[in-house]
Amino acid sequence: MAGKTLYDKLWDDHLVKQREDGSALIYIDRQLLHEVTSPQAFEGLRLANRKPWRIDANLATPDHNVPTTDRAKGIEGIVDPVSRIQVETLGKNCDEFGILEFKIMDKRQGIVHVIGPEQGATLPGMTIVCGDSHTSTHGAFGCLAHGIGTSEVEHVLATQCLVQQKMKNMLVKVDGKLGKGVTAKDVVLAIIGKIGTAGGTGHAIEFGGEVLQNMSMEGRMTVCNMAIEAGARVGMVAVDGTTIDYVKGRPFSPTGENWDAAVKYWRTLHSDLDAVFDKVVELDGSEIKPQVSWGTSPEMVADVTGNVPDPAKEEDPIKREGIERALKYMGLQANQAITDIKLDRVFIGSCTNSRIEDLREAAVVVKGRKVADSLKQAMVVPGSGLVKAQAEEEGLDRIFLEAGLEWRDPGCSMCLAMNADKLGQGEHCASTSNRNFEGRQGFGGRTHLVSPAMAAAAAIAGHFVDVRELLN
Amino acid sequence: MRAFTQHQGLVAPMDRSNVDTDMIIPKQFLKSIKRTGFGPNLFDELRYLDEGKPDQDSSQRPLNPDFVLNQPRYKGASVLLARSNFGCGSSREHAPWALDDYGFRVIIAPSFADIFYNNCFKNGLLPIVLEEKVVDKLFDEAEVLEGYQLTVDLEAKTVITPSGESFSFDVDDFRRHCLLNGLDDIGVTLEDAELIKSYEDQRRKTAPWLFGASQ
Ligand code: SF4
Repeated sequence: MAGKTLYDKLWDDHLVKQREDGSALIYIDRQLLHEVTSPQAFEGLRLANRKPWRIDANLATPDHNVPTTDRAKGIEGIVDPVSRIQVETLGKNCDEFGILEFKIMDKRQGIVHVIGPEQGATLPGMTIVCGDSHTSTHGAFGCLAHGIGTSEVEHVLATQCLVQQKMKNMLVKVDGKLGKGVTAKDVVLAIIGKIGTAGGTGHAIEFGGEVLQNMSMEGRMTVCNMAIEAGARVGMVAVDGTTIDYVKGRPFSPTGENWDAAVKYWRTLHSDLDAVFDKVVELDGSEIKPQVSWGTSPEMVADVTGNVPDPAKEEDPIKREGIERALKYMGLQANQAITDIKLDRVFIGSCTNSRIEDLREAAVVVKGRKVADSLKQAMVVPGSGLVKAQAEEEGLDRIFLEAGLEWRDPGCSMCLAMNADKLGQGEHCASTSNRNFEGRQGFGGRTHLVSPAMAAAAAIAGHFVDVRELLN
Repeated sequence: MRAFTQHQGLVAPMDRSNVDTDMIIPKQFLKSIKRTGFGPNLFDELRYLDEGKPDQDSSQRPLNPDFVLNQPRYKGASVLLARSNFGCGSSREHAPWALDDYGFRVIIAPSFADIFYNNCFKNGLLPIVLEEKVVDKLFDEAEVLEGYQLTVDLEAKTVITPSGESFSFDVDDFRRHCLLNGLDDIGVTLEDAELIKSYEDQRRKTAPWLFGASQ
């Protein structure tokens, strides 16, 4: 019999019941909650007179709606009354059901996908869910992490299980060595550019190969974060020494005997050598260049040294129309050099790229330089209160402020513009977030997805530049 | 949950691939803590010429005449014909809530994004995957014939055109069963409460570090 993939192992270890119709009940070890996708779930519990199955499996924080300035005022600082009600509702629900919440004034508050790993609430081998598609981030720890809808949030609260169909196995293998200035973000954008936004649909993707093995945990989180942009609900990386070192000593991590037992188990969390994947995609890491998205779908990416595509050269009519529509929305010309795209704003943040390494990567580029006068705004939004504190301890805030970038409080911010941070109509933004859909960062806004280093370089130049030139 | 057995309704063709959840319901409307009332803001940025705000009376807003659902012939449509990778993007269940609230019961496409597909079933909405060339054909017919209706039979797993042509589709048995009977998923799972408990007891022994948040 062929060996098991990492996904097979995680699946088998959490299988409560395999039903005859092909669906299965999977036990969920951890649920993360935030204010946008949970209110209707709690309401559902109340209406049906149900209680949460296991309170200690849940951890909550507000992130999508929180302001990134003036946080001393707490909830009162949320100007939009509808946003405020949502954050207050999360607080009330957590209090009512006894669920641990890092509230808006808590130093540990932050984007759910940043705080889970930071707290050790994300541990290898867990099944993790959250009412947010970027839950795939946690797969970096060898977890089976799914983004779910609100009905499923309620289902997991009530039963500690999720009804699932087993997915297919896909391996994305990136070998070779990354060049200087090429980051995890470029790797994942290159992968999406290659397989497309539906390339992983129906599959659980394991990211592997030399590049992933040499990557830090934060880099792996960036890659897994965007598995969903490749169509896969689940992205994963095998557990190794890097994973275990990262987890050690965090507030929710096991200690003593439990730690030893856990490590022993975690060491088994990798695909067997003879495991068979339904689909394998290989990339050469040494060929990946810094990436910039030019269109309105994450698969619409190009090398920074490249050009915006020409729809006339596309043979598939549906694709051609997609390119034409994207160019029109983005206000770009066919064949235009990527480095000719001028920017209005720069956003460094989101669950993809707001961790300490991301901020360091951006700080190196802007240090001793100044943001271009032509920009309306360049801002840095750390992923959590603790990331913020750490960055300030390292003096990164000073570097950003001296260069002319704004230094904000933690939250989702301009990643989806549910709070006050957003793009104006027609504005181009170099953004370290994960989605460049129409209107994502504000009505009529134009998003270009890039790495923190590339965003920082763009802030200095006022247009895209190859960050490798600034690093020499 | 509302049961779904058979449905016959007017078809609206939305000729665009990769329709994402931000398009289906933009973020400013996700601030609601309710499940209802999203219909007027379905496809907000495509449907209206101005920028939509929560708590606004959408009936007074300028409509985009080019958007398919604004064409009088598609008024009252309940079957949405779509292109590949429909519903990609976020996990927001507000997307199916908005489609449902607008009056759609069925969405037909060559492929759907996983999370969206799954979310539909939880809300009595039926997503149907048909082969690309079949979808092409339905697009052609729906665009040519005014008042074009399709009949969907979930029991028989078929889509039937006005000329009587029938196409069968696949749907997994559990989801079909729940939808046909309007079953509450949670109730079904809780029938296995004992099994969940015994799994959990076992896990407490083999992986004690997963229980009790230590801080
Ligand atoms: S940072 Fe953006 S993608 Fe991440 S959870 Fe927040 S809104 Fe979603």
